[in-house]
Amino acid sequence: MYGYVARRILATLPVLGIVAVVVFAILHLSPGDPAALIAGDQATPQQIAEVRNKLGLDRPLYQQFAVWLSSLASGDLGVSIFSNQPVTRLLAQRMEPTISLTITTTIVMVLLAVPIGVIAAWRADTWIDHAVMSLAVLGFSLPIFVVAYLLIYGLAMTWDVFPVQGYTPLREGIGAWANHLVLPSLTLGLSFMALIARITRASMLEVLSQDYIRTARSKGLGPRQLLIDHALANAAVPIVTIIGVGVALLLGGVVVTESVFAIPGIGRLVVDAILTRDYPVIQGVLLIFSGVYVLLNLMIDLLYVVLDPRIRY
Amino acid sequence: MHWGGSYFATRHWRIAVLAAAGLAAITGGAAEAQKKVIRSVPIGSLKIVDPIWTTAYITRNHAYMVWDTLFALDANNVPQPQMVDSWTVSDDKLTYTFKLRNGLKWHDDAPVRAADCVASLKRWAAKDGMGRALWEFVASIEAVDAASFKLALKQPVGFVLDALGKIDSNVPFMMPERIANTDPNTQITEVIGSGPFRFIKEEFVPGSKVVYEKFEGYVPRQEPASQAAGGKVVKVDRVESTYLPDAAVATGALAKGELDLLESPSDDLMRTVEKNPNVVIEPNDPLGYQLFLVINHLHPPFDKKEARQALMWGIKQTDYLAAIISDPKRYQACVAVFGCGGTNESRLGAEALSGFDPAKAKAMLTVAGYDGRSLVVMDPADNTILHPAALVTAQMLRRMGATVDLQAMDWSTLTQRRASKDPPGQVGWNLFVTNATLTGIGNPLLHTYIKNCEQAWYGWPCDKKIVDLTRQWALETDSAKRKAITDQLQQAHMENVSYIPLGQYRSIIAYRKELTGLIRAPSLFYWNIEKR
Repeated sequence: MYGYVARRILATLPVLGIVAVVVFAILHLSPGDPAALIAGDQATPQQIAEVRNKLGLDRPLYQQFAVWLSSLASGDLGVSIFSNQPVTRLLAQRMEPTISLTITTTIVMVLLAVPIGVIAAWRADTWIDHAVMSLAVLGFSLPIFVVAYLLIYGLAMTWDVFPVQGYTPLREGIGAWANHLVLPSLTLGLSFMALIARITRASMLEVLSQDYIRTARSKGLGPRQLLIDHALANAAVPIVTIIGVGVALLLGGVVVTESVFAIPGIGRLVVDAILTRDYPVIQGVLLIFSGVYVLLNLMIDLLYVVLDPRIRY
Repeated sequence: MHWGGSYFATRHWRIAVLAAAGLAAITGGAAEAQKKVIRSVPIGSLKIVDPIWTTAYITRNHAYMVWDTLFALDANNVPQPQMVDSWTVSDDKLTYTFKLRNGLKWHDDAPVRAADCVASLKRWAAKDGMGRALWEFVASIEAVDAASFKLALKQPVGFVLDALGKIDSNVPFMMPERIANTDPNTQITEVIGSGPFRFIKEEFVPGSKVVYEKFEGYVPRQEPASQAAGGKVVKVDRVESTYLPDAAVATGALAKGELDLLESPSDDLMRTVEKNPNVVIEPNDPLGYQLFLVINHLHPPFDKKEARQALMWGIKQTDYLAAIISDPKRYQACVAVFGCGGTNESRLGAEALSGFDPAKAKAMLTVAGYDGRSLVVMDPADNTILHPAALVTAQMLRRMGATVDLQAMDWSTLTQRRASKDPPGQVGWNLFVTNATLTGIGNPLLHTYIKNCEQAWYGWPCDKKIVDLTRQWALETDSAKRKAITDQLQQAHMENVSYIPLGQYRSIIAYRKELTGLIRAPSLFYWNIEKR
C-alpha cells in the first residue's frame, strides 16, 4: 500500500513535467504581448522593447524556459509580470475563496445528488424517477452563468435573501462567509449534482438487482436499512469516483462562477492572467491545478480500499 | 474546595474575558459601521501600482488617490498650482523656480522635499511623451533648498506648465526620492505618496481589490475643488475599490445598495436601473473620448494618399457612434484631430470627412489603384466599444467595393499585431479602430497617435511638414500664434490623412444617491465626495 502511494506520487513528477513543457510552449507560441499592455497605448515601440527587455521576454524561448524551470526546481513559481508580486503570494491570497467555494459546492452536490440518485433508483420508472432525471439533465445542460443569473435574480434581487456578489473571508465571521457562498455554491453545485445523481441512480439500480438485496428484502429489512446499509455501501465505488471527477471539474467551473460573483479566487486570477498574457501566473496556476488533479485521483484510488476491502494495491 | 474555588475563579475570569471580548467586538463593529466607506467598482482591475511604468488609466486613477502633483488642470483645462505654492519665470523665460507649499508630507510622515520632486520629474521625463518633449529643452534641474527647485531651459518653450499639470498618462506624480530613483523601466515596490489617501498594502489583492484610507496628514489647498486642481478635501474614511468583471452583477449590486459607485457601467444595462430612484446615472468626463481609425501607411492601397482620402469620403461618423453608444446625447460627430470642446479645436480641411459620399469614395479608391485585394481589419472582439466599431469599418469598406478580411482577436493580440510592419497578407494589417481620452490628445505634443515620421505611432504616417509644425507649436509661447499653428496642423493631418477621427463620446458613471459632490473629470476623484 505504502509502496503504491509512493509510486503514484513519484509518477506525478513526469506528469507535471509534461504539463510544464506543454503549458509553456502553448503560452509562448500564442499571440499577445504583455510588454505592449504594460507600456500602454501611448508608448513608442522603443519603450515597449525596453519593457520587454526588462522582463526578459526578448530572450530565446529555451532560455526563458530554463530560467523558469530552474526557479521551479527551488519552489519558486516566478513573479507576476504585471503586479510584480511572487506568484506564490498571489496564489496564497486567492486560495481561501477557491477552497471555500470548492468545499461548500462539494457539500451541496453530495448532500443533494446522492439522496436524489438513491430515491430515483428506488422508485425507478415512476414519475419521481422521471422528474429527478429530467431535472438532472436540465441541471447539466444549463450553462453555469445562466444558472448564476437566475439565482441572483430570484434569491438576491427579487427576494433579497442573499448578497448579489462578493466574498467575505472566514475570519470575518462564519455567518457572513457562508451567506456569500450560498449562491455561488448552488450555481456550481447544480450542474455537477446532475452528473452525480445520474451515476448514483445507475449504480444503485445495478446493486438493487443483485440476489443479496432480494434476500435482504425477503428477510424483512426496511427501505432505509436496505438502501443505505446494503445497496449504497456496495454502490459507493463508482459514486465516489464520479464525486472525485466532479471535484476536479469544479476547478474549471470556479473560473466562471468566481467571475460572475466577483469572488477573488484562483479562477479569476487565471482568467485575468490569460487576458493579459501574464505568463508566470498562468504557468503557476496551471501547474498547481494539474498537481491537484493528480492528487485527487490518488485520493480516490485510496478511498476504494476503504470502501471495498476486496481491493488491494 | 480549593479546586472548586479555583474552578469558579477561572470560570469567572473566562466569563469576564469573553464579555470584554464581546463588548470590544460590538463596539469595534459599531465603530467600523460608523466609518464612511465608499464601495466602488473601478474602470478595470488594478495590478500595476506604478503610474510611470505604465500608461494604463486604472493605474493613473489609483495614483491620483495616493500621489499629488505639482500642477493640475482645473475645470477649464488650465494648469493651476497644486503642491506648488508659488513660482517665478525669469525675464528671458529660461528659468523656472518653484516653491513647494508648507506642510506637505509623505504617508510615512517624512516631509516632502524639493529633491523628491526633482527625482520624480526626471523619472517621469524618461517615460512620458510630453516629458520627453520637454526634456529636449531642459538644460538642468536642481533643488535650490528644501522647499524650492529650479528648472533651466536651453531655449524658451510654451508648454512647461502644461506638461507638469497634464492629467493624462503619464501624469508627473511626485514620489519620495528613494522611490523616484527606481529605474523608469522597473516597477516601484513601495506605494508611499503625499496624496489625500493612503494605500493599504495589507488589503491589496492585485487584479481584485484595492483599499485606500483618508490620509489625516494631508493639507488641502484652500481653493474649491475643480477637476484635478483645488482643495482635495476628503470627506470619507475609506474607499474600497473592487473589480467586478460581470457588468450585470455589478449593476444588480448597485441597485440593491451593496455598492455605491460604478466608474464604468455597462451602457446597455443602465436601462435596467435608470428608473431606480436611488441610482444616479450621468456622464462624468466633461470631454470624453475620441474614436479614430488607424491606417497602415506602409502597404497598398493605403500607402497612397488618395486611397486614404477615399476612406474619409466613405465614413459616416454617426454610424460608428450609434453602434457604440445608445444615447445620442452622449456623442457628437467631430472632425477635429485635437477634439471638439478643447482649447485646440480646429475643423479646417475636413470637407471629405463631413461630406459622406460612398459613391465618390468607391470611385476614388479605384482611381487610387485598389486591385481588389483583401483589406485586413483587426477586430478586438473582447472590447465592447472597439468591436462594433470594427464591424462598422468592415461594412464601410464593403460599401466602397473593397474585399474585407475582418480578423477577430482579443485586445492583447491586437496590441502585438499592430506593431507588425509585415504585409497584411502575412502578420500585418490595414486598419483598426481605437480610442483615446480627449485630455490625452488635446494638443500636438500630447497626441501620440498622430505623430509623424520617426516619432510615428502604429500606422507609421510620415509628412515632414507635420513634424516641423509640431516643433513650431512646442516652441511658440504666444497663444494666438499657437492657435494659427494648430489650424495648419489640422489641415495637414486632413490632407495627408495621418488617421481619421470618427467622432467623440462621453462615458457615464452610476452611483447611489447617498453620494454627493462628485467632481467632473476624466478620472474619478474620491476627494470632495460626501456619503450621507
